[in-house]
Amino acid sequence: MDYLTIIQILDSTVRLATPLLLTCLAGLFSERAGVVDIGLEGKLLAAAFLAGAAASVTGSIWIGLLAGVAGSLAFSMIHGLASITFKGDQLISGVALNFLAAGLTVVVGQSWFKLGGRTPSLPTEARFGEWNLPFSDALADVPFIGPLYHELISGHTALTYMALLAVPLSWWVLYRTRFGLRLRAVGENPSAVDTAGVSVVRLRFAALVIAGVLCGMAGTYLASLAAGFVKDMSAGRGYIALAALIFAKWRPWYALSATMLFGLLEAIGNRYQSITMGDFTIPVQFMQALPYILTVIILAGFVGKAIPPRAGGTPYVKER
Amino acid sequence: MSVQSEAGRQATAAPTASSAPIDAPAIELRGISKAFGPVQANKDISITVKKGTVHGIIGENGAGKSTLMSILYGFYKADAGTIHIKGQEVQIADSQAAISAGIGMVFQHFKLVENFTVLENVILGAEDGGLLKPSLAKARTLLKQLSDEYQLSVDPDALIEDLSVGHQQRVEILKALYRQADILILDEPTGVLTPAEADHLFRILEGLKEQGKTIILITHKLREIMEITDTVSVMRRGEMTATVQTADTTPEDLAELMVGRKVLLHVEKKPATPGAQILEIENLRVVDEQGVERVKGIDLHVRAGEILGICGVAGNGQTELLEVLGGYQTGTGTIRLNGQEIDLTGKNSDGQSRRARGISHVPEDRHDEGLILNFQAWENMVFGYHHAPEYQKNRFLMDNAAIKAMTQESMTKFDVRPPNPKLEAKSFSGGNQQKIVLAREIERNPDLLLIGQPTRGVDIGAIEFIHQQIVHLRDAGKAILLVSVELDEILSLSDRIAVMFDGKIMGERLPSETNEGELGLMMAGIAEEKSREAGQ
Repeated sequence: MDYLTIIQILDSTVRLATPLLLTCLAGLFSERAGVVDIGLEGKLLAAAFLAGAAASVTGSIWIGLLAGVAGSLAFSMIHGLASITFKGDQLISGVALNFLAAGLTVVVGQSWFKLGGRTPSLPTEARFGEWNLPFSDALADVPFIGPLYHELISGHTALTYMALLAVPLSWWVLYRTRFGLRLRAVGENPSAVDTAGVSVVRLRFAALVIAGVLCGMAGTYLASLAAGFVKDMSAGRGYIALAALIFAKWRPWYALSATMLFGLLEAIGNRYQSITMGDFTIPVQFMQALPYILTVIILAGFVGKAIPPRAGGTPYVKER
Repeated sequence: MSVQSEAGRQATAAPTASSAPIDAPAIELRGISKAFGPVQANKDISITVKKGTVHGIIGENGAGKSTLMSILYGFYKADAGTIHIKGQEVQIADSQAAISAGIGMVFQHFKLVENFTVLENVILGAEDGGLLKPSLAKARTLLKQLSDEYQLSVDPDALIEDLSVGHQQRVEILKALYRQADILILDEPTGVLTPAEADHLFRILEGLKEQGKTIILITHKLREIMEITDTVSVMRRGEMTATVQTADTTPEDLAELMVGRKVLLHVEKKPATPGAQILEIENLRVVDEQGVERVKGIDLHVRAGEILGICGVAGNGQTELLEVLGGYQTGTGTIRLNGQEIDLTGKNSDGQSRRARGISHVPEDRHDEGLILNFQAWENMVFGYHHAPEYQKNRFLMDNAAIKAMTQESMTKFDVRPPNPKLEAKSFSGGNQQKIVLAREIERNPDLLLIGQPTRGVDIGAIEFIHQQIVHLRDAGKAILLVSVELDEILSLSDRIAVMFDGKIMGERLPSETNEGELGLMMAGIAEEKSREAGQ
C-alpha cells in the first residue's frame, strides 16, 4: 500500500465520517440532556429527502440545507412533544419516527417526482462544492506534504469543515458554559435542576433543537454526496452514530475519533471490494458488511465501561 | 456573608420589606389547604415560625408534612391559604420563586448531580452569567467563607459520588446558603447519617440559628425534636394537631399527638432464653460484581430464641451479608444452619433452597426485593413459597382460591389495613406493605428469620406492631438476625449486638452494657478498645 493510497483512504474516511460525526454530536446533545434519541436515523432520512427535493426544485443546495434542517427539526420537536411534554416512552417515539421517515419520504417522493421515491439527480451546481484551501494547488506537487494537504486536508465541502469545527464548539458549550452545565445536569439528575429553579422541559427541548439542526446538516450532506435522495439512503448511519456515541462515552472529542474509526472501516470496505486470497475470493458483500460487523465487535468487546447519562430514557416527572 | 445576603434579599425578593414590622415572623402559613382528589392532604394548616429559631414538624408518614413542604417550595399550589415571609404575603409558583423568597430546602433524597464537583453543584441554577469560569471562581471564595463560618468544610473540587452521605448533605446546605436562603427546611435530615454525623449536623444548625437563620426540621424521630428544636408542630391526617414549646413537652406526649392514641415507645420483652445454635457463620467473605470485597471474613452465630442485632452505617457490608444468607449473592466461607453446612455457590445456593432449609428473609428494600408493587397483595403473599404443594391445584394450575384465603387470614392476623387481598401492593402505606412481607415470611414458621431495616419508612403505630411480632417469633424459639441502621431499634430489640464496619465485625456487645455513644464510635470504625473507654 503506497502513500497515495493511504491518503486516498483517509480522504474517503473524512468524507464518510462527516455525516456520522454530525449525527453523533446530535445524539450527544440529546442524550446528554437525558433524551434517548434512537430517532437519529429517521431525522437523517427526513432531512436527506427534504434537502434533495428542495435542492432539485430550487437548484440551490443551501436552500436544500435549510429545508433539510427544517425537516429534521420538525421530527425532533415531535420527539420532544411525545417524550418530554407528554412523558411518553422515548424509545417508542424514536422508533415511530424512524418508521414514519422511512415510509413518508418514499410516498411523498413518488407522488411529487414520480421517480419511484427518488428525487431528481442534483447537478453539480446544486451540490456542495469542494473547498480548496489556500495554496492547495500550488502545494499539490510538493512531495509528502503536497498530497496530504491537497487531497486530505483541502478539498472537502463546507459541511465537513463545519462538522469538524462543531467538535471543539460542542466541547466548549458543554464544559465551559452555563447552558452546558445545566444540560449535563439535566441528563444526570433532572430533579437537581428542577429544584434549583431551572426548567427541565426547556433545557431538554433546547437540546433537541441542537440535535435537530445537526441531524439536518448530516442529512443534507448525504443528499449532496449522492446527488439526490434515494430510498433508505441513510442506510443505518443513525444507528452507527448511536453506536459511535456509546463508543465515545458521550464526549465530543471521543465522538470525533469514534466516527473517524467507523468512517475508516467503511472506506476500507469500499476500496477493497474483492480480495483474493489464493483460490478463495472474499465476497463483495462481506467487505460491505465489514463495518457493521466490526461495529458489533467493537461495541461488545472494546468499549469498556461506558456509563450513559443517568437520567437517560426516563421522562421527568416531579415527585411529591 | 450574612450582611451581604441581607442586602441582596431586600433588593430582590421583598422590595417593600421596609414597611413590614421588624419582629415579623420569618415565615407564616395561614389556612393552607390542599386536596388530591378525594384525599385532603393538608387541612387548614397555620404555622408561625419566629426568626432565628428551630421549628420541628413531626408526624407519621402520610400525615401531610411533605405536601406542606412541597407547597412551600413551589411544587404544588395550595387550594386555599396564604404564605407570608417576613410579614409580606408571597406567591410561590415554582422553585425559583421559593428560592428568591429566601427559602432553601434540603431534601431527604439529595438533589445533587453525582458526577459533578461540589462547586458545579453549588452554582447549578445560580450561575452569574453565560460562562462558568467567573461563577466558579466566585463560588469558590464564598464557599470558603461559608465553610469557616458554619463548620461546613467540604472539598470544593471533589465529585459528589466520592463524598460520604454526611458531606453530601453539607453540599445541600451550602447550596441553600449560596442562594442566600434565610429559611432552611430540612426533610428527615438524619435518616442517612451516623450518630456522629447527626451530631455534627446539629452543631451546624445551631451555628446557622445563631446567625439568625430560621430552620424548619421535618422528622419522625422524637429524640431529634427534643434535642434541637425550640418549638414543635405535630401533624396528623393532614391537620396540625398541636404546636408547643419543645421545653414544655415530652416524647410520650408527642407520640400520642402523632398517632392519636397512647404508644409504647419501648419494646416490652422478657429476657431471652437462648437455646441451640441455629446459625453459625465462619470467615464469610463476599466480593461484589465490581470486584470489591464487601464482607471481609466475619464470624457470627445466632441461637434459637435470640435476636442478634447488626448495626452499622449503611453500606458497610450488612446488605451483602443478608444477601448471601438469603441466597442471592455468592460468597466464600462456611455457613451452618442447625449444624449442617449450606451451599454458598452452585444450584443449591438460591433463595428457593434457603427457604426450603427454613430461612425466611424480610429484605432491606421492600420495594425492590420484598414486593412486586404492581401485583396484588395475594400474589405478593405467595412469592417464594409458590411451589408449596398446598397452593397447587394440579400439575399446571395454581390454587388461587387457597392463596387468597391464606392471604385474607394473614392480613387479619397481621392487622394489614385495608385487609383486601386484591389491592395492589403499591396502594398500601409503607407500614402495611412491610406487614405483608413480614406476614409472608413469619407465617412460614422459619428456623431463622433474616430481617433488614424492619421499620424503614414505617409509622410509629406500625413500628410498635412489627417489633412485637419480631419479639413473639423470638419467644417462640426462633433465631432472628436483625440488620438495622436505626440505633434505637437495635438497642431496644436485640439480645446481642454486633457492629459492622467496612465489612468486618468491630465487636459484640450486650444491649445492657453499651450505649449509643459507644456503638456510634464502633460504627465509625474507631477501634474496639478505644471505643470501650470512650463509652464508659
